[in-house]
Amino acid sequence: MAFLEVEITNRQGLHARPASQFVEAANRFASRVWVHKDNKKVNGKSVMEMMLLDAEQGAVLRIEAEGDDAAPCLEALVQVVKHFDENARKNP
Amino acid sequence: MEIRKGIAVSPGVAISGAIVLDSEQFRIPRRSIEPPEIPAELARFQAAVERALAEVRGLRERVATDIGRKLGAIFDLQDNLLTDPEVSQQIRELIERERYAPEYAVSTVLRGYARKLLGLPNRYMSERSGDVYDVEKRLLRHLIGAKRETLGTLTEPAIIVAHDLSPSQTASLDRTKILAFATDIGGRTSHTAIVARAMGIPAVVGLKTITADVAGGDSVIVDGNRGLVIINPDAVAIARFREADQRFRRMEKDLRDLRDLPAVTLDGRDVKLWGNIEFPHDVEGCLARGASGIGLYRTEFLYLDRGQDPTEEDHFQAYGEAIDLLKGRPLTIRTCDLGADKFTHLSGEYDERNPFLGCRSIRFSLQHIGLFKTQLRAILRASALGPTRAMFPLITNLKELRQAKMLLADVREDLEEEGVPFDPDMKVGIMIEVPSAAIMARYFARECDFFSVGTNDLVQYTLAVDRSNESVASMYTPGHPAVLRLIKTVAEAAKEAGVELAVCGEMAGDPIYVPVLLGLGVQVFSVSPATLLEIKKVIRSYSMEQAREICKKAFQFDSDREVDAYLGEIGRRMLPEMFA
Repeated sequence: MAFLEVEITNRQGLHARPASQFVEAANRFASRVWVHKDNKKVNGKSVMEMMLLDAEQGAVLRIEAEGDDAAPCLEALVQVVKHFDENARKNP
Repeated sequence: MEIRKGIAVSPGVAISGAIVLDSEQFRIPRRSIEPPEIPAELARFQAAVERALAEVRGLRERVATDIGRKLGAIFDLQDNLLTDPEVSQQIRELIERERYAPEYAVSTVLRGYARKLLGLPNRYMSERSGDVYDVEKRLLRHLIGAKRETLGTLTEPAIIVAHDLSPSQTASLDRTKILAFATDIGGRTSHTAIVARAMGIPAVVGLKTITADVAGGDSVIVDGNRGLVIINPDAVAIARFREADQRFRRMEKDLRDLRDLPAVTLDGRDVKLWGNIEFPHDVEGCLARGASGIGLYRTEFLYLDRGQDPTEEDHFQAYGEAIDLLKGRPLTIRTCDLGADKFTHLSGEYDERNPFLGCRSIRFSLQHIGLFKTQLRAILRASALGPTRAMFPLITNLKELRQAKMLLADVREDLEEEGVPFDPDMKVGIMIEVPSAAIMARYFARECDFFSVGTNDLVQYTLAVDRSNESVASMYTPGHPAVLRLIKTVAEAAKEAGVELAVCGEMAGDPIYVPVLLGLGVQVFSVSPATLLEIKKVIRSYSMEQAREICKKAFQFDSDREVDAYLGEIGRRMLPEMFA
């Protein structure tokens, strides 16, 4: 299993829109995705669980991926987290 | 177990399964399915998800094209919720393992999540619970479809949980099956509160999120004494509930022994203790609790819950039914009090910025003369069947009273010509619920037979407080010196002119104010059925001399807090068991 850690830098944290973006990105890969914050571990393809992580600015997420495309999946997800910002929209 | 605090508006305690009415008014059945049905029910759930998804995606496209891509994106979250693997896994598990019907499983899981979101400190996140409810509603709409259950068909007792209850909903309720109400919004004078008191069942309103907190079928305790709702209570809470329930029943039983005793002060002054009703059959409850008449029959129900205006026969039959049940005791019929918070299909024509100061009540009647005359004819015809009194609400100036009386005289003439019987001496009175009428009471006293002080509106209009608005609700109290002085003005005018003085607002049903009202010379206390016996006990606990003393003292304070503190203390001293 591969993992990467990434800090949330956008002001509003992992709110609904970033959570949606994250889940949509994760769903483009076959790997199973888990996200850890503090002692919580949730399914990275569940927008509900991601929102309930309540990850604010400064929180560190540990993203795990398991599967054949784990490496590109992690890379893509870290990019998504780094580019969360209030005005960003996913690709049309 | 979760506890929610709201406003206690009708006493008593009840425990039962909940029926949740969402804003679209369909109830979510808690239904179990049989093992062989599981595959079909899972497929039904999946089909509902797919239809909801198609709906959400269609909406996103439409909004994106019409308004802008950014706004269309607000549906992304709903899309992701509908395809959320954890959410759908949990719903499937409830269907497969717990044999929940899909409607109930969807509701349970999504409401559970919405509750968790609401609990997050991050305001932005907690507001997303609205999207979760929206998804729930979409799924339910597809699952329940046309098979909506209505409240008229309850098969077992239940507690109704709703955002708010509209008059037409309460009118369609199967009253034998409803044990209690709990609502998101409302105050002591809201429709739900009034109906609950009339039905004698507990109610807690102003719970804000109770429709979200409770899923249909949850076990719920409604404590109408303390204003609490306990969701899925644990064993300790249930035991405590049983105890409180027994205590309440014991007190009720003690009070029942009072039923056949007169409402008379310690020194022998007879007081008329009457009931307030909404439906003719409420008379039975009032008589069972020792009322000797009806001081306020609210006739709005005749206008609500139907697509058309009530006919003269509709009115006449309702009044006749009440009069039959009263067997010679007086019936006070208040003419239509629509407007403000009570609407009919007609009031849609007004878009008012300030409905409580708008075209409501007698103002509405005087602008709809046909409708008003129909009611007046029925009241007059009913007066031939038994003692009947007509009462005009919200009178603000003499012109209104004169106009109303003139229309009544017109109708009398018509009836005379037609040879239809009526009581030529039918008493006509007005409600005093606007400060201008209280101040001018001596002029009104010359032109009517009785006054009935409607304290709910009088307090609201005198203090400029809407008590369903919680940020100012604490300013609302009948104990305000200005309110007491207005009532005193009315009492003096009534006494001078020999006009009967009644109080039919909630102040009359609040034990702490009874001695003040007695001291001011109130002759009729008209209260909700649930408080009749309690008020009888209070009346029987004071002498007129004590009441006048207490009244005099209460008038010496310059603030509502002091008045209420003083009257509360007197109440606790005189009737400790009632204030326990």
